[in-house]
Amino acid sequence: MHLDPELLWLAGGIIGLLVLSSTITFFLKLRSGGKPNAVVANLDARVKAWWVMVAVFGVALATGVIGSVILFGLMSFFALREFITLTPTRAGDHRTLFWAFFIVTPLQYYLVGMEWYGLFTILVPVYAFILVPTRSALAGDSEHFLERTAKIQWALMVCVYCVSHVPALLTLKIRGYEGQNSKLVLFFVLVVQISDVLQYVWGKLLGKHKIVPTISPNKTVEGFWGGVLSATGIGTALWWATPFNWWQAGLLSFLITLMGFFGGLVMSAIKRDRGVKDYGTLIEGHGGVMDRIDSLCFAAPIFFHLVRYFFT
Amino acid sequence: MTKDFAAWIIRVICGVKLLPAEALPATPAIYFANHSSHLDFTTIWAALPSPVRARVRPVAGKDYWEKTARRRRIARDFFNAVLIERQHVTIASNPLEPMLAALDAGDSLIVFPEGTRSLDGQVHEFKSGLHHLARARPRVVLVPIYLQDLNRILPKGDFLPVPLLGSLSLGQPLHLAADETKAAFLQRARAAVQAMAH
Repeated sequence: MHLDPELLWLAGGIIGLLVLSSTITFFLKLRSGGKPNAVVANLDARVKAWWVMVAVFGVALATGVIGSVILFGLMSFFALREFITLTPTRAGDHRTLFWAFFIVTPLQYYLVGMEWYGLFTILVPVYAFILVPTRSALAGDSEHFLERTAKIQWALMVCVYCVSHVPALLTLKIRGYEGQNSKLVLFFVLVVQISDVLQYVWGKLLGKHKIVPTISPNKTVEGFWGGVLSATGIGTALWWATPFNWWQAGLLSFLITLMGFFGGLVMSAIKRDRGVKDYGTLIEGHGGVMDRIDSLCFAAPIFFHLVRYFFT
Repeated sequence: MTKDFAAWIIRVICGVKLLPAEALPATPAIYFANHSSHLDFTTIWAALPSPVRARVRPVAGKDYWEKTARRRRIARDFFNAVLIERQHVTIASNPLEPMLAALDAGDSLIVFPEGTRSLDGQVHEFKSGLHHLARARPRVVLVPIYLQDLNRILPKGDFLPVPLLGSLSLGQPLHLAADETKAAFLQRARAAVQAMAH
């Protein structure tokens, strides 16, 4: 089997980062001297969960389109589950929800897997858009009808449609980059997630001025710029693994970190509105699946379209 | 083994976690909860730790669970349910007898004092059965449980589940007070369940 050395460098870099994070956490735990410290305990849980997530993601990516479609399909399913649980629906939506979970979600990923671009880009915005209100109307309950329909449609858009654009990156035919798309996925996920982590780190170190305190008390101007700029720097420095040159890689990194911030902010607004801190409890230290992929939601379709438009 | 696996599947579908053994009172106990879905008794059953689960018996309506052979197999053989008469109660078919017999044999019970599944998600008035049990066996602890969102996973009248994240809250155990009237006791028990709704 031929192993792409660039891919190995990326993987090695990520593992190096994890080792570094685990080492730092270890010394922080030593310094707190056995006294329970909430921030360190949370950091420890987060780093451990990162190891697991990286391992799962690595296995998925190594098995190509099929593995990635299955992994992201499952993440969409779990995210949708968390999202709909938080969103009040009524008995009349039951069969609509059954369709959303067991027909629309698998079909979206099936279409991505078979590389049917023309249909997977319109399945949720057009066909689910018609299916959802029709099925709920057939159930005969008109109470809060528009609200319920809008919530289910939005849940499908954000949890399923948007997220499915990550594995869809594997199906892009980029000139001179054939068979190397897993590096593109790795680049995308790495830049968006590291921007999240770095915004958290910069925010903890220097954060003073809150951006939108009514929505997310942890997001600060210092954290935002520190995270976005340093993640953009990392993205730029990784240009060699992508089909882009250095400034293209930098510009795209800047755009996706920005989109990542917007995604996180919007998902926070929804959590605030529902009066919860996290979407779920599946991932130790992080919350639910939706809490971890909130920044991917808006960034994925934008990145997909930009790459498809300019590089294929 | 099969039962542990079934319990795991039910917990996965309903998004409910296994209860830690130390959170539970000494057995036998009467677990009573709000009722909105067929999943209710299976969820409580599945959330109990394996040794406790082996000695717990859901109480269910004979009229419903003996209607078909399949229902009877599920209720009797798999969940070891105590099936009671709801419709034609006579002295000969006193629903209390089989429940008291189970308690006396050292088993715990899962009961739904509302008597039937609620359609609107509200906790309705409790029927008097819980009071009779509490008076007949004053040493048995009563454990309130609130089940959330299970009616959204499997509503009354539907057979296709939608796997949302349900939740099970365990309340402080209670007893019938010495001079407490039936109405006051039932009201207090219902309030203990309702207090966990969020």
